[in-house]
Amino acid sequence: MTNTPDLPGSIDPSMPATIMRSRPAKPAASAEQGAAPGSGDLTDELLNTDQWTDAMIQRAGIPVADIPFVSIGGGIGSFVTVDYLRIAGVPANRMHVLSNLDFPWQTYEYLTRVSQIPRPERIRSDSASRPDNIWGFPSYALTEAFKEGNWAELWHVFAEPMWADFYTPKAGRVFEGLEREAKRIGWHQMLVKGQVRMVRKRQGGGYFIILTPKAGATPTKRVAYRAEYVHLAVGYPGLRYLKELQDFRTKHQDYHHVVSAYEEHEHIYEAARTKPVTVMLRGGGIVASRVLQRIMDDREKYGTQTQIVHLFRTFIDGPHSPNEKTLRAWNKRSGSNGFAYQGFNYPKSVWGGQLKAEMRKLEGEARLTRYKEMGGTNTPWRRRWQAQMGNGRREGWYHIMQATVDDMRIEGDKIVSIANTRNGKLEIPADYIIDCTGLEADIAEHRVLKDLLDHSGVGRNPYGRLDVERTFELRGTASGPGVIYASGATTLGGYFPGVDTFLGLQVAAQEICDDLARRRFCKKIGTFRSISQWIKWARNKQP
Amino acid sequence: MLPTLGGRIQSRIVFLAIIGGIITLILTPILPLGSGALSAKYKTTFLILLTVIVLGVIWEFIYHLIMQWRWEKDWPTFFGLVTLINEGVVVYLLADYGIVPGIKAHSVPLSAFLIDFLVIWICVWLWVNGPMRVVNVRWRFHGGRLV
Repeated sequence: MTNTPDLPGSIDPSMPATIMRSRPAKPAASAEQGAAPGSGDLTDELLNTDQWTDAMIQRAGIPVADIPFVSIGGGIGSFVTVDYLRIAGVPANRMHVLSNLDFPWQTYEYLTRVSQIPRPERIRSDSASRPDNIWGFPSYALTEAFKEGNWAELWHVFAEPMWADFYTPKAGRVFEGLEREAKRIGWHQMLVKGQVRMVRKRQGGGYFIILTPKAGATPTKRVAYRAEYVHLAVGYPGLRYLKELQDFRTKHQDYHHVVSAYEEHEHIYEAARTKPVTVMLRGGGIVASRVLQRIMDDREKYGTQTQIVHLFRTFIDGPHSPNEKTLRAWNKRSGSNGFAYQGFNYPKSVWGGQLKAEMRKLEGEARLTRYKEMGGTNTPWRRRWQAQMGNGRREGWYHIMQATVDDMRIEGDKIVSIANTRNGKLEIPADYIIDCTGLEADIAEHRVLKDLLDHSGVGRNPYGRLDVERTFELRGTASGPGVIYASGATTLGGYFPGVDTFLGLQVAAQEICDDLARRRFCKKIGTFRSISQWIKWARNKQP
Repeated sequence: MLPTLGGRIQSRIVFLAIIGGIITLILTPILPLGSGALSAKYKTTFLILLTVIVLGVIWEFIYHLIMQWRWEKDWPTFFGLVTLINEGVVVYLLADYGIVPGIKAHSVPLSAFLIDFLVIWICVWLWVNGPMRVVNVRWRFHGGRLV
């Protein structure tokens, strides 16, 4: 949600803002100066007041539009929530989505594509986690079976995870479904393009949301929305790099040889096709697996001679109980060769079963401990990957080790990492380093969230993210009858763990929708409405 | 499925009672149950259905215990189907030995039992793995609980 920063190195201008923030930030600007009253911009009075009155906005000359519900973000989190509310009977003209994205899956598609999941490849998501279908029926597997005659996929759903890998949908199918549903619910009618600058409480109830539309699109620099309900789904506040990689990039201004897996890095695979190179991977999650698969696929397809050195900070070499000293039979996750294995990013039952019910009751430290016991970096165990990695280890082109890196230097045309391994210090040369750790930035790095933390009484949960109720209401932000809700990655650490996933966003959307039904903003989705709306979905008719 | 213990038991009772009840109602007259009054046949099939429900609640405790050894704390789709073997065997033996109150020993032909039991089991299994999510949007997120 920030304006485009000055970025070193080349960068795709169409890259979503989420990615932009991962680049080195400009030096912190001094406290913002207010504009003159009547200028249509934020005045000192507005900047420095926690609760605004209608008169303050009027004095600033900012035009105001009334809309009962505003969702900020415009990604899949906003989409799923608005989809639920449309199905719960809210007309499109009572909701706005404020976003700098052209379509809801823009950031997601960018991230999956650069991290080696183009449209024909499969994402790490369950068959019944359909962001374009609140019911998850028919599942992706069933749809794929019927539409493509790919009945073998149903075998996955039947036999997973014992005799088949978990079924996962193709990225392209997910995006096509979202496109269809976006048209059906009138997404573009609700979408307002621009950068959200802040949300502040309104004296008398509700909120003001300040939007900065594209320059020249409106007569004033800012426009305000007066809303009773606000929904925040701003996604990841940004990515962080491993410190030594960031230091190296800044010192040597090298954004070519040391990259994040979430940046465009096709040049590495292209270089590998022209000469033998050594690629160092950092991290043991799904993104590392994907990058690894791409390199291994290229070895098979093009006969490349790429050597891979894979560094794990936490090296898992067998079954383990995360965060516990003793291996417990009832809390045992499988692992080998550095990786911890798990179908999805949390144990499956956090999305509806035992772990969901259990976490819902936990507070503070107890909740944080439980998060640690089921969390940590992990990746799915997939037959094909295991076979490829096994070949690599046997043939001596895939090297794994437990290590952290103290320092890096350039030596000739190589980057040498000085690694701390179990066997002492080791100097490891590589042509390219790909950071697959996917570290996330603090929520305060997001401008809108920082403003809420500073001005609206928003707190942090034990995990350090936004503190939400079980209904996903942002604690401390009630304003008269008004409520701010938040869903997605910014709320990790709450009563529900799987927030930053398709199904997690739907769980949150359902809670929000039910809460709004209690407040009489929408209808409750009971059996009759659910069935009749599902039929409309199936016939592609407006809700 | 991603059940909780309470959700398992509720789903078990409600789906077997409703789906099982409807199927039993339709299927009983055409089952190879030999000669005899239709009311007696219904009595037998509904008593067997009731036995599956009552014993099923006990089974759910066992399944819940087994699930604790699974890292994901989930209950794979396959488990939901394959448990028809252990449950079917126990119910049939109890019926055949005359342990089920109201059913005489050796009075239920195996073929009739198999048809009735398998049809009900597969229909309930298909229902919980798909269409049920349309009837109740909260059910799958609440561990199978209905109330």
